Amino acid sequence: MSARRIVITSGKGGVGKTTTTANLGAALALRGQKVVLVDTDIGLRNLDLVMGVEKRIVFDLVEVVEGRCQLRQALIRDKRFDSLRILAAAQTREKTAVSEEQMDKLIGDIANTADYVLIDCPAGIEHGFRNAVAGAREAIVVTTPEVSAIRDADRVVAKLRERDLPFQLIVNRIRPEMIKSGEMMSADDVAEILGADVIGVIPDDESVIDSTNRGEPLALDATQRLASIYAKIARRLEGDPVPLTDLEAPGFLTRMFSMWKQGAALS
Amino acid sequence: MFDFLKKNEFLKGFFPRERSGATARERLRLVLLSDHLALAPDVVDALKAELLEVISRYVDIDPNAADVTFEQRESEIAMLASVPITGVRRDRPSLPPRPRNAANGRSTTGPARRRRRKRGAQPSAETPGAAPIVAPMLNGTIPAAEGPSQAP
Amino acid sequence: MSELEVSVPNFEPIEPAVVPPAIPVPAVKLGRAIVITSGKGGVGKTTTTANLGAALAAMGKRVVLIDADVGLRNLDIVLGLENRVRFHLLDVIEGKAELDDALIRDKRNENLHLLAAAQAREKEDVDGAEMKGLVERLREKFEYVLIDSPAGIETGFRNAIVGAQHAIIVCTPEVSAVRDADRVVGLLPSDWSPELIVNRLRPALVRKGKMLSVEDVNAILRLPLLGVIPDEPGVIVATNRGEPLALDASSPIGAAYRSIAARLAGEPDEAPTATPRTGGLLSKLGALFGGAGNS
Repeated sequence: MSARRIVITSGKGGVGKTTTTANLGAALALRGQKVVLVDTDIGLRNLDLVMGVEKRIVFDLVEVVEGRCQLRQALIRDKRFDSLRILAAAQTREKTAVSEEQMDKLIGDIANTADYVLIDCPAGIEHGFRNAVAGAREAIVVTTPEVSAIRDADRVVAKLRERDLPFQLIVNRIRPEMIKSGEMMSADDVAEILGADVIGVIPDDESVIDSTNRGEPLALDATQRLASIYAKIARRLEGDPVPLTDLEAPGFLTRMFSMWKQGAALS
Repeated sequence: MFDFLKKNEFLKGFFPRERSGATARERLRLVLLSDHLALAPDVVDALKAELLEVISRYVDIDPNAADVTFEQRESEIAMLASVPITGVRRDRPSLPPRPRNAANGRSTTGPARRRRRKRGAQPSAETPGAAPIVAPMLNGTIPAAEGPSQAP
Repeated sequence: MSELEVSVPNFEPIEPAVVPPAIPVPAVKLGRAIVITSGKGGVGKTTTTANLGAALAAMGKRVVLIDADVGLRNLDIVLGLENRVRFHLLDVIEGKAELDDALIRDKRNENLHLLAAAQAREKEDVDGAEMKGLVERLREKFEYVLIDSPAGIETGFRNAIVGAQHAIIVCTPEVSAVRDADRVVGLLPSDWSPELIVNRLRPALVRKGKMLSVEDVNAILRLPLLGVIPDEPGVIVATNRGEPLALDASSPIGAAYRSIAARLAGEPDEAPTATPRTGGLLSKLGALFGGAGNS
């Protein structure tokens, strides 16, 4: 078995890479996939915190690469799932502690034991980014509909294209009411600007804060609105062409409405 | 008068501004264009080289003193070329008489013009070393190689 | 400069032994160089740099903002100055442009200047010593030099702090941000006394116990509190337009930044206010940070 190796990246920090990695991983695991989440943000690790496994880290990614432990000793099994494991980043090292070749080999080794390897990429486009991408064969670019985030995502998209890495887009933290009033760009706008296909549109939801505080990914709670959205993204990732709903694509609706208005005016 | 009213702080409230989403889109479009130009120096170099080559088919230039830059303006990015011309070439491409243009009501922009352009010009290789005979005219029409203009 | 002439008849002329010091010229008062940093990305460093800069300039201070996020520049676009960037930080360091040609003066307030980052370069291209020299030069010309640090704790961060004497840590009330801020504080020079801005606070969530309070955050970080900024969608609109809220008299966020600027300049109107505390989250944080403290 060789897993799909997907890096979750953005350029801009704070747009939801780690939250997406955690929740998408959880959603895939809930659907029966064998999933491994890898935190490559050496020095500023946070995937462990978001997943609630921070107290269970025994070995980290750098120690595996340096051969000071076996890979299976470092992989933390998440008890809430049948098959979800997490490889934590090192906290007191630097991103230069591993090379791209080492990362590629590591992810390859992990891929032999799973269906999906999701690689949580740090902010930026330097060494950390290159390491995270080195192990991947496809990417999900996460952005918010804000000017700085899109600009940074554009840089990342250019780098992914340079490496011929196929990618899809998640537009995170949209606010449908602001899109309707024209004070926020829509997911359509973002996709068009970046020249990317959208695999998910996620509304801004204050429950994310609480879930991170508790270390309990929202995807686990079926009563949460975002849980069903992450589940749909997981299905799309698996190849099921689930359409985007009104909630997720208000920009599409707005455009349909204004086209209808134009049509009505001209007739 | 409306400009005055719009600029007057008190009355500004009566004239709604463009929604910030649209503003953001437009600003992003420009800034990404600028970023892409900055990030593709090889493309820019190739563009400059070809530009100078085309210009030099018509006039003699001093390529070492030529300067091609991109200037960022409020709502656009413009390419500026400063090319010292040292003479007009005798063997420059010969152009047929100027075809009809917008003066007689024909649109110079839009689909008709683009269709005319699209009919396309293949560079002719009749005389080795000579510049191609056919080139887009300043007003966008493509003169036919064999005779008077194609303007329908 | 006067030289002592020692005349010794019939002896070999000797070098003037003592050259008295030049008459001291009153030193130019150097401006303050402050780095705005966080560790975590997306917590509001750039927004804070832009707004603090605009607020200080509005108070009449001469301010220059430096975007140290080489390769992912955004300070220009947050300020609405992206169309005016001609030369950037690396152009100046590498001698391709004069500093005065690279500095962009904000037409809304001529006290405010921006030195943009390079977009087509990498953070590793910046030499730390050169950066330090550049910041020194700017301190001679400006009362405030605010340096917008990139996310992370690598080269970009190190270059951002190299010329500064003071740091402002921007942190949101979220566990990941607090953890990263804690790491960053530990990496700053030990004689620094960084100050904290808590950004994107939602008092309603804090009251419900769903968000850390300012006290929760500062129980870990233990820094002097410079200010608290609420979370408002207006920031998005402001960034869309490139118009910092500090320039908007009707914006509560603008007011928060203006009062932070006043405090920073030692002209405070009031002490920073915190929000109602919350209970249980504090103990979880304590356990998390028990080992890794501010070293």
